[in-house]
Amino acid sequence: MLTLYDTSFTSRLLLGTAQYPSPESLKQAVEASGTEIVTVSLRREAARARTGQGFWALIEELGCRVLPNTAGCRTAKEAIATAKMARELFGTSWVKLEVVANDDTLQPDLFGLVEAAAALIADGFEVLPYMTEDLSAAEHLVASGCNVLMPWAAPIGSARGLINKDALKTLRAYFPDIPLIIDAGIGTPSHAAEAMEMGYDAVLLNTAVAKAGDPVKMAAAFAKAVEAGRLAFEAGLIEPRDMASPSTPVAGTPFFKIDHAS
Amino acid sequence: MKILLNGEAFATDAKTLDELCARLGFADAKIATAVNGSFVAAPSRGATPLADADEIEIVAPRQGG
Repeated sequence: MLTLYDTSFTSRLLLGTAQYPSPESLKQAVEASGTEIVTVSLRREAARARTGQGFWALIEELGCRVLPNTAGCRTAKEAIATAKMARELFGTSWVKLEVVANDDTLQPDLFGLVEAAAALIADGFEVLPYMTEDLSAAEHLVASGCNVLMPWAAPIGSARGLINKDALKTLRAYFPDIPLIIDAGIGTPSHAAEAMEMGYDAVLLNTAVAKAGDPVKMAAAFAKAVEAGRLAFEAGLIEPRDMASPSTPVAGTPFFKIDHAS
Repeated sequence: MKILLNGEAFATDAKTLDELCARLGFADAKIATAVNGSFVAAPSRGATPLADADEIEIVAPRQGG
């Protein structure tokens, strides 16, 4: 079971709700993924279009827990105000906290992130910070009261997979009791499986499913990959080695002569 | 008075944030608001007067990653 802020979930896959070819494909992809948590956002609402009202009706149909993000915020102040609007709008104290430092990499501004996280936690929020794999930022966030960390695998939407495995391994080793979710940069089910094999608690992705040729089928593929990776982690992986080690018993090999063995 | 509504110039004689939302047809809509960069909770909109050049944000749920 995945436990985030005292709530338990069966699925270890969190799914974004953006960029799907149609509302229907979003709905079917969420069902196929088996996810119990979907990320959402908030945007300016026009009086005529009322776009958000229809979207909210769709989200309610999904029956998932919603995790609102603060995507696009450039400062702690913007992120704090956005989180407060999201809390009222979505009726949850959970927030996927994003403070973005750079438009090309969409990398988190770790200083702004720590500042906003501390302020929001003091205000009663349960913060899931979108961060880089930086250990010291993680320590500051945990000290501020974050009980979940969400390091990126690679820049959002880049589909590059786990580009800094060493640091991700370090993070996992340093925080054995904090739920760690790989958030952003996952491109393929094998990336997701790899993260889970490393002992990460869950994976959050969006583009890899939404922009796939068949989002519904890809959602199912990610569900299997996440489950397979988790099972493998629980089973205990063998260590890689430099040289071969025969899997078939050597004893009793036909035609075996001792000089073959030297 | 002229305010900035969701980043665009907007003329209104609404006296409070609540009145502005109602006139825009958002009385029963799922929205959240901010004035000059700070969140204003729904119950406080009636007690939030509008002033010239105020920057108002009215947001609603949207797709997100």
